[in-house]
Amino acid sequence: MNGWHGKILHINLTKKESSIERPDHELYYKFIGGKGLSGYYLRKCATKEIDSDGMAILFFTGPLVGTTSPSPGRINITSISPLTGTIGDTSVGGKFGSELKKTGFDGIVITGKSDELCGIEIIDEKVSFKACDEARDLKISEVLKKLSWQGSVAAVGPSAFNGVLYSNIMIDGHYAAGRNGLGFICGIKNLKYLAVKGSKKTSIADKTELKKAREDILRLVSASPVLMGDAGISKFGTGALFDLISSRRMIPTMNFKETSFEDPEKMNAFSYQKEFGVKHAGCQGCHVRCKKIAKDGRPLPEYETMSHFSALLLNRDKESVVNANFICNEYGMDTISAAATLACHSELTGEILKPETITNLLKDIGEGTCSERLLSKGSYRYAKEKGKKDLSITVKKQELPAYDPRGAYGMALSYATSTRGGCHLRAYPVSHEILRKPVATDRFSFSGKARIIKIAEDVNAMADSLTICKFFLFAASLEEYSKIYSAVTGDKKSAQDLLDCGERIFYNDRVINSLNGFSKEEDDLPVRFFKEQGSSGNNINVPPIDREDFLEARSKYYKVRGLSSEGMPTKEKVKELGLVWKN
Amino acid sequence: MEKLINKYATKLLEAGLVDKDRFLIGGIDDDILWEGLLEVKGLEEIFDKLSINSLLFAKPKEPYGSIINFLSKRVLEENADKIEPKDCETRTFLHDLPVLNNYSTSEAIEVLKERKCVIIDGFGVITYGTVSPEQCFVTLSSVCFSTFVKFFSDYLKLKKENRSDKEMEGVFNFVKNYKGSYPDFKNTLSKDIFENEESVYSAVAKAGKLTVEYGLVDSFFGNVSAFYNGNIYISQTGSSLDELDGYIDACPFDGSTCTGLTASSELSAHMKIASDTDCRTILHGHPLFSVIMSMNCDKNDCENEGSCFKICPEKREISGIPIVPGEVGTGSFGLCNTVPPELKNNNGVIVYGHGVFATGEKDFNEPFKRLLEIENRCMEEYFKLVL
Ligand code: SF4
Ligand SMILES: [Zn+2]
Repeated sequence: MNGWHGKILHINLTKKESSIERPDHELYYKFIGGKGLSGYYLRKCATKEIDSDGMAILFFTGPLVGTTSPSPGRINITSISPLTGTIGDTSVGGKFGSELKKTGFDGIVITGKSDELCGIEIIDEKVSFKACDEARDLKISEVLKKLSWQGSVAAVGPSAFNGVLYSNIMIDGHYAAGRNGLGFICGIKNLKYLAVKGSKKTSIADKTELKKAREDILRLVSASPVLMGDAGISKFGTGALFDLISSRRMIPTMNFKETSFEDPEKMNAFSYQKEFGVKHAGCQGCHVRCKKIAKDGRPLPEYETMSHFSALLLNRDKESVVNANFICNEYGMDTISAAATLACHSELTGEILKPETITNLLKDIGEGTCSERLLSKGSYRYAKEKGKKDLSITVKKQELPAYDPRGAYGMALSYATSTRGGCHLRAYPVSHEILRKPVATDRFSFSGKARIIKIAEDVNAMADSLTICKFFLFAASLEEYSKIYSAVTGDKKSAQDLLDCGERIFYNDRVINSLNGFSKEEDDLPVRFFKEQGSSGNNINVPPIDREDFLEARSKYYKVRGLSSEGMPTKEKVKELGLVWKN
Repeated sequence: MEKLINKYATKLLEAGLVDKDRFLIGGIDDDILWEGLLEVKGLEEIFDKLSINSLLFAKPKEPYGSIINFLSKRVLEENADKIEPKDCETRTFLHDLPVLNNYSTSEAIEVLKERKCVIIDGFGVITYGTVSPEQCFVTLSSVCFSTFVKFFSDYLKLKKENRSDKEMEGVFNFVKNYKGSYPDFKNTLSKDIFENEESVYSAVAKAGKLTVEYGLVDSFFGNVSAFYNGNIYISQTGSSLDELDGYIDACPFDGSTCTGLTASSELSAHMKIASDTDCRTILHGHPLFSVIMSMNCDKNDCENEGSCFKICPEKREISGIPIVPGEVGTGSFGLCNTVPPELKNNNGVIVYGHGVFATGEKDFNEPFKRLLEIENRCMEEYFKLVL
């Protein structure tokens, strides 16, 4: 095949066995790769208990990985989330996607549970299992050091074995496969790491067309202020967003009680680079290189992390923010959930956490020694036990990222409809509500947003299936990427054809969630946003969100998405999209 | 949505792209809303089949109507299926303009699955938006701009080679006077613009508005900036130059905040111009004849043919105004590398296939005047060559 290798590796950890599947080409054309193919395989075991042998964790790349397509080798990792109970999936960079693809597999389906802690090593198509009981408490950098692997490593830290429901899988040391707690799933499976290395090439159907399509995208990337501009993420990382989100008065502050953080210019990306120095890094083959590393080797925090470990906790100590990020990486924990859980704890106890308290608590959570045991389960379970459920700022039990929904109504709707719980990346409305791409929309209005969000969810489901970087969609669109896809695979698809696949892939999420008991009730926002206003000022008024308007937009969304008025998938739509209705 | 549909219906008229009874614009969230007096079958089906939220059908006004008809007919006669304008904005953002022989909803849908617009020969143009009807408007405006540039460029080339035909002559004679000449400019922009931050904001907005009023930009795009107190005040990316109030970013020269994340894609060029020269104001527009003349090159067998927009071995100029290559934004071929050096000795420069940068030291009267002068000069030169 062109684009794909046509081979999927199945690993059973209980039996320590592996086998190779060669699916029909049709399956690839329909689900593409990454999130799409993962979702297809997850659907088969979606209703199983997460700690059962039958539950799978999936690692899938897309057809463009291993080619010269701009925004290269990302990978999608998927399972059922222990934090939310929904589908749990995450797109991650580094070089794991490229290395995995080079092994000759498009993806890996891992089921079963090892009886002892183990690692999986794959070199080209050869799979071996390595017992590593002594590695249980090793932090991420220690794992990498011990392995000194030449390819790429996905590993979990101690938190995965210490009951942290928001444990990450870390790629190559500091690329987080975050949100949703997929590291915890590895913990259940007794899997400490997955190391891959390969030498196979991805074959390409039409190199000339690929070159042309690539140039079209690179031209758009150069023209994009967000990506390549003087204040763009190439220079400052996603931390570049800090000033803008502050100036729009939508920076979540003090556990989302306020939306403005004092003197933001003293806590912005520039100030971090000034204080800690900067080296530029990025995913393999990417020329945007949005990852920023401090001179001392610790990664500089990305926007979400930087904002939540400062504004959300009312913390103005930059060193502790960098350190908190580092600790989360080392223990393998999601920074958004970790910071937001601490913010909930802070509001609930009425105690503003000191910088050292923040970092100590993080270490304790990662080690499994925290006296507030439930902090490792995320803010929802913690606050509920304390009888203060409303102080957990979550959607489907997952902590919200650093865009206050009172300042962007598309974001509000997309938080609610996100199939993996509170997340900004499913529809990424920051693009038009804040960054003016492709054009600006009115951020304080729900008008038109139902359809906009639905379309954007399809686009991003496709991005995660092609496993391209979503940042590139600030500049280019599926119009250009469909040319790349067609040139690489020889399967001629237009932008709309890809969007249709995206719709199928996203709807599959809704089917999986509905089978696990999710409906309209969970597509909602914390009450705080409907009752309390944000921090108005500078001629920007930030009122609470009108509940009726929100509900109306959500109903419209259901209609546009082809769901019932209760937010449930329908048999007709499932059939139309070629999905599976019931097992 | 209704408000936006109304707004862009009005803008289509104001921009002189269509007449009142010659378009239909629609938007959808869960239900479709239409505005316009035309009746066109099957447009609702397009909403059904495409992931879009707004749609425009337009029969562009003259001179665009005749130009588009001529070009689309030519394309079909040559058994091709797209018009390929060479100007920078089209190349970068629209890539090419697909053409259909007849109007059938299903064929239009197939084309729109891949591109942002379709031209239906002798019938009209369809464009769409995915988040706002603004995209419909912008795309139509770009189609009109780029086909105008293409027609006049093609005509010039064929004329020089004595190869223009009767039909083309006919169209040329019909459309040539539509643009007319630009009104005189009598330094009407304010003079004391550097009194305080407010006066800078207001001056940038006014300069933008006037540039649009004179028709020195396409799709209302271009960019405007002024330097004051360690900041550059610059129009935001994709902002409409006639509506800049509230859409100007203040970006510090020392890079100490990232508010410029939404600033124009030419922020880098403006920054460099400011640091390399004594200028304090910059205007960048896309005036038609400057763009057309910048692509008029007589060199034969140039080793760079086809890449002139990014590399050019010659030192080119028109009436003393330098012409440089350069792509939008940053990157190694970015105009941010080619424009600033030229502006050290000159207060105006043309970028190949793209537009003009003009600078001033005191206010916006100087760059505006220069921009207009350059365009007038290019227009004169053009007609000298063809008439
Ligand atoms: S932009 Fe950043 S996240 Fe995206 S591929 Fe490049 S380095 Fe990776
Ligand atoms: Zn321009």
